[in-house]
Order: sequence, then structure tokens, then C-alpha cells
Amino acid sequence: MSSTLVTGARPLGGEAADVLVRDGMIAAVGRVPAAERDGDTEVVDADGLVLLPGLVDLHTHLREPGREDAETVASGSAAAAVGGFTAVLAMANTSPVTDTAEAALRVLELGRSCGLVDVQPVGAVTKGIEGHELAELGLMARSRARVRVFSDDGHCVADARVMRRALEYVKAFGGVVSQHAQDPTLAGREACCDESELSGRLGLPGWPGIAEETIVSRDVMLARHTGSRVHVAHVSTAGTVEVVRWAKAQGIAVTAEVTPHHLLLTSDLLAGYDPVYKVNPPLRPAEDVEALRAALADGTIDAVATDHAPHARHDKEHAFVDAAFGMLGLETALPVVSEVMVRSGLLDWAGVARVMSSAPARIAGLDGHGQGLQVGSPANLVLVDPDRATTIDAAASVSLSRNNPYDGRTLTGAVVGTWLRGRRTASEGRPLLAEEAWA
Amino acid sequence: MRRHLLSSADLSRAETEAVLTTAESMHDVQTREVKKIPTLRGRTIINLFFEDSTRTRSSFEIAGKWMSADTINISGKGSSTSKGESLRDTVRTIDAMGVDALVMRHAASGAAHQVARWVRCSVVNAGDGTHEHPTQALLDAYTLRRQIGGEDRSLEGKHVAIVGDLTHSRVFRSNVITLARLGARVTAVAPPTLMPSGVGPWSKAEGFETSYDLDDVLSGSHGDVDAVMMLRVQRERMSGGYFPTPREYTVGYGLTRPRLERLLDARPDVAILHPGPMNRGLEIAADAADSASSLVLDQVSAGVAVRMAVLYHLLAGADETQPTSTTATTSTEVPA
Ligand SMILES: [Zn+2]
Repeated sequence: MSSTLVTGARPLGGEAADVLVRDGMIAAVGRVPAAERDGDTEVVDADGLVLLPGLVDLHTHLREPGREDAETVASGSAAAAVGGFTAVLAMANTSPVTDTAEAALRVLELGRSCGLVDVQPVGAVTKGIEGHELAELGLMARSRARVRVFSDDGHCVADARVMRRALEYVKAFGGVVSQHAQDPTLAGREACCDESELSGRLGLPGWPGIAEETIVSRDVMLARHTGSRVHVAHVSTAGTVEVVRWAKAQGIAVTAEVTPHHLLLTSDLLAGYDPVYKVNPPLRPAEDVEALRAALADGTIDAVATDHAPHARHDKEHAFVDAAFGMLGLETALPVVSEVMVRSGLLDWAGVARVMSSAPARIAGLDGHGQGLQVGSPANLVLVDPDRATTIDAAASVSLSRNNPYDGRTLTGAVVGTWLRGRRTASEGRPLLAEEAWA
Repeated sequence: MRRHLLSSADLSRAETEAVLTTAESMHDVQTREVKKIPTLRGRTIINLFFEDSTRTRSSFEIAGKWMSADTINISGKGSSTSKGESLRDTVRTIDAMGVDALVMRHAASGAAHQVARWVRCSVVNAGDGTHEHPTQALLDAYTLRRQIGGEDRSLEGKHVAIVGDLTHSRVFRSNVITLARLGARVTAVAPPTLMPSGVGPWSKAEGFETSYDLDDVLSGSHGDVDAVMMLRVQRERMSGGYFPTPREYTVGYGLTRPRLERLLDARPDVAILHPGPMNRGLEIAADAADSASSLVLDQVSAGVAVRMAVLYHLLAGADETQPTSTTATTSTEVPA
């Protein structure tokens, strides 16, 4: 029997309260009488800190199996715990692809053996994420891995017929298709820069916003037609926001996520051809960034998702168009959201809990996460210091990779500690391994 | 001057003019019987070409050799890059051998900029993807100054039409910068599909105009045309859907024989340029390529002189903040 008493924290940014955790559950919230404390209760002084439900990431690339030099389930779990996450959805574009129940179970088990964060596998929509034939969606869904989110992320399910069938099929088990919206005929594999005056000047292959917006438009109509649920991964343009807003107004079952980097970074950073800023979809101009922030604030965009994409150094040290797409995000997501959404007044901490915990948990159909801070809920918690300014140091990451676009930036709002079912998984930027946690 | 030449924008107007003036002296070396000056003796220049270009590579190689540098060609093909080595590792390995300059051609835009951050030696961008080709712009300007610049070699107020696949042209991007530096006006002509994205605000910033109508431009609607620069159009662009057929492209945007005749009637002294290699019959008719107005071979010849001047400014002048014995020696070695 273990118990932890967090004293003086502000649940969801509200009034200060004590939170008692016992046997992995929240046992009391408010003033906890001394009699409730056991002799061996660990007391955490959280005076002035904000207590949130553990964060849930809808979009994480863990690279295992296949690219364990860039990230493993263990190292990615550690980065997630440090970043305040208690659950992450591991994208299917590993090597081999997670397109069978066996592959999904393996990812699930690897996550369990680390024990730092619940690792929920995402299943591929199509075999080998090649976009042609449906993967074994039902077997993945009905396995112990309980796969509910399906995505060919990294690729778009570009074929309308395949997308239609996928949307129809996942209705049988309440699944959702998370689409990487990128029409390959409008933005090919080389496309790596927002198509604009900047791409024209830099001579970089353009990735026009319309390549995202046409797929999202098509997909919401397919979702309406099939009566199914579609989720738009990493929305990057104001035009997509308009489409999603319209679709929601029509009652179409669409949800959407935005990445921290699309909320903070702008396309002009590409002027120096530094591949650390190369990401898919690409960084967009300030007008798009403004629209994304507003859409997250007003609920048009439901969730923040990191698209944490670790890459080995040498995969980024190529010419810009040849370098790998993606950037790290798990450890810096909360500080970025704190900086751009909370300090700007667009969201309060209850809003952060919504977009980083409850909404992603609901979209992913995850039990035990994102349930708020009520008595009887699993004690998945993150403690945040809203006023602590940190200068991001890429070298200090617990990820195996270093492709961190925020290196050297100062962000305000820091994760102090993370608890998964009452067990402390990270403290002050360091992950706690199981043995140490129980010791 | 500076350590690298990565973009035409790196050179101020004064620096651009200094390079072109030096190139005049270098051009004289080219006409000598013994084409060798000791200016870069003991210096090592690597021509690192990840993409084939016999023309540009030989031009740099000859430029280096005539200035007594040791020039070594390394081809990207068959090098370690094809075995998956990163670009950073490749160039740092070469840099570690103690070379003075890397002349680099790469199929990727921005590659020279990235490499300049990774090495200690000078980097000369000899063409990076669809981005820039600064020495091509310098040799074009050099050729134009001699042909249409008059006594004082000035392009101030001169009007150049650049015609063709602007989207994929590093020659275009460098030329609009260099020509603007020298006071010339540029009208960029292409079908809408081959105009770079965002060209509207961009052209406003750089002070050039755009048109979809070649005949209109050649007839002087944007002001009398002093020079026409035809750009290469790759037939492969057809599969990208940039234009329907080569025939249609030629009719719309080629310097065809009838167009040439009309142009020469109006502007008998017009200059015709093409960076080569030419698709005769597609973007330029053989009559235009071989006409008395064509400066295509002058461009090639200017290429060596301009590259000598660039290497001179980067390498021979690099260490001096004020005139020293080296500068004095070299200036006597370069015939005035
Ligand atoms: Zn994606």
C-alpha cells in the first residue's frame, strides 16, 4: 500500500487543494485531514503549482521496431514521462509496420515492460501503409491491444475508395481513422516547404496548404456519408480550420489535432535551410499559426498532439530536401502550450487539461486517462510550475535523438513531476525507473 | 572580401562590380599564349560536384589551374554519399584534408548554405538545386556589360527579358539579384505554371516585372528590350503538367525564327543569351542560337574569367584587411 499527498497544488489551475493518492487512485481532493495520512505517506509540497490530469499524446513516433538508434519504446516512454504524459499513441509507421494484431501486441508489451507510460499502439489503415489494401483492422481492434485509432501516418490514405472502406469498416468496433492529410499529387514526397513566396525564393519544393485542405474536405464528406469518425492529424493551415469548423457545424463526426510546433514556429525559420525545422506538414506562415491558436482555443481543434518524430543525427545531416522529416516534441509540448496558449490568455489550465488530456483520451477511446481529478479516478497526474522559465537544451533530452527545434529558446511553464496510477514516473526532467520508484 | 559565395545576394553592388572589373583583367590572361599566373599557387580547390555539369566544372577547373591552384575534381556519384554517408560527413572529411575552397554543385537547394556552416574552408556555390547559381549570374552580367554596357560598362537602366522555366531555374534567381544590383531592369516571362510560387510579392521586393506574354514583352510593352535571356526548358516538365506539349511551349515562349526577325527589326543591337545547354528548336531556334546577336559562346568564355575573379577575391584577398605584399604581388601579376 502506498500513498502520496500533494499539498497546496491548484487542480486545473483553480483553488489550492490537497490531493491524496492511495493505491493508484485519487482518494481525496480538498483539505485532507491528518488522520487520512499514513505514517509512510509521501508528502509533495506543491504550493503554487498546477496539478493536471496526466497528458495523453495522440501522435507519437517511437521508432521501435526498426529504428532503435533513433528511439525505442523505452526511451520514448522516458521522454513522455518527463513531458508529463501518462499515455501515448504509438504511430504505426515502424519497420515492420504495425498492421497486424501481433505487431500491435508487441508494442503494447514493450510499453508495459517499461512501465513509465501507457503505450497504446495505433494500427495501420492499410497493409504496409501502402494505401491499397486494408490492414487487419478488426483483428487489431479485438486483440488485447484494443486498437481503436488507425492511421497510415507518414502517408496519406489518398485513394478515396480505400478511405471510404476504412471509415465504414472501423464502425464495427468504434474505431477512428486518423488521416495524414496530404494529397500526393499536389504535394509530393519531396515537398518540404510551405508553398509561398518563401519556397519560390529558396527554390524548395512547395507543400501547398490546398494539398491538406482538399483531403480534409473529402474526408469529412466521406465521414458524413459513412456515418463514421474521422480525425485530422496535425492540422497546419487556416483553410483546414475552416473546413473542420464547417464540418462540426454540420454535425459530422470529425476531430482534429494540432502540434505544438505548428502553434509556435513559423515557416520563415526555413530561410537558413536548417533541417531541424523540416517537418511534415511544413511550418506555415504567421497567419496560419494565429488561426491554429484561435481554433484550439475555441474548440474547433480538439487536441494538441506532439507528432514526436525522433531522428538519428545523420538522418538530419543531409541537404534540406534529403533530410528526414520531423522534430522532437514530447518533452517540450507542455512548455510550448503554456507559452503560446496560457501566457497569451487564449486558454486557462482547465483548457490545457481539455486539449492535452481529456479530449485526446476521448478521441482515442482510452480508459483510465483524461478523467480529470475526481475521487475514484486513476491517479494519472502531472504537476506543472506555470511560472518557471526554462531555456531548452537539446543535449539534455532523454530521447535518443536531438532534433529539437526549440534548442536555446526560453519557455515558461515546466513539468515538475508525473504520476502514472499513483506511481511517480518522472521528476524534474528525469524519468524514474520502476525499481527506483518503488524503492 | 568574404569567405563564401553562396548567393548572389552575398555581394553588394560594389563587390559585384569589383568582381566584374577583376574579371576584365582575368579575361586578358585568357588571351595570352601562356595562360598561367601564380596568384593562387599553393592553394587547393576541390570541385565537389554531386550533380553532373561538365560545363561549369571545367570552367572552375580551368579558372583554378590558370591561377596555379591545385584543383581536384570529386564527383558525388560513386562517392561515399551513395553509400549513405551524410552530406555533413562528406564535406567535413574533405575539409579536414586542409583544402582552401570547395566549389560545390548539388541537386538540392540550400546545400551550399548548409555546407558553409560545417566547414572551415571557403565555399563557392556552383549551383544548388533550383535555388541559385551566382557565378552564372556574374558571367551573364559580365557578358552583358561588354555587349550592351557601352564605354563605361554600365547596365544602369538596361532592360533584360528572362524567358522560360523560372520555377526551376537557379540562373533566374541569381540573375534577378545581380542585375538589380547593377541597376538593370528585368522582365520575367513564363507561362503561369512555370512562374515561381509567390512571385508577385517577390518581384515587387526585387524590383522585377512579370509577364505571361513573350510577344508583348519583345514588342516593347515593358520598355525596349536590350537583351533576351532564354532559359533551358526540360522536356521532363511535360510529365509534371507544366505545359501541354513542347510544340505549344515553343509557340508561346520559344525564341523562334519569326520572333527573332521581328525583334531584330525593332532592336538590331539586341543581345541574346542562353546559359546552356540549349534545346534547339524548343526554347530557342537554331537561327537565334547562331545569330550574330547570340552571346552564347561569349558567356562560356566569360565563365572562366569570372570564376578566376571570384576565386581571386575569395582566396587571394581573403586574408588581407589592407593592401599587403601579397596583394601587391598579385596585382602586378594580373595585367591591368
Ligand atoms: Zn503525419
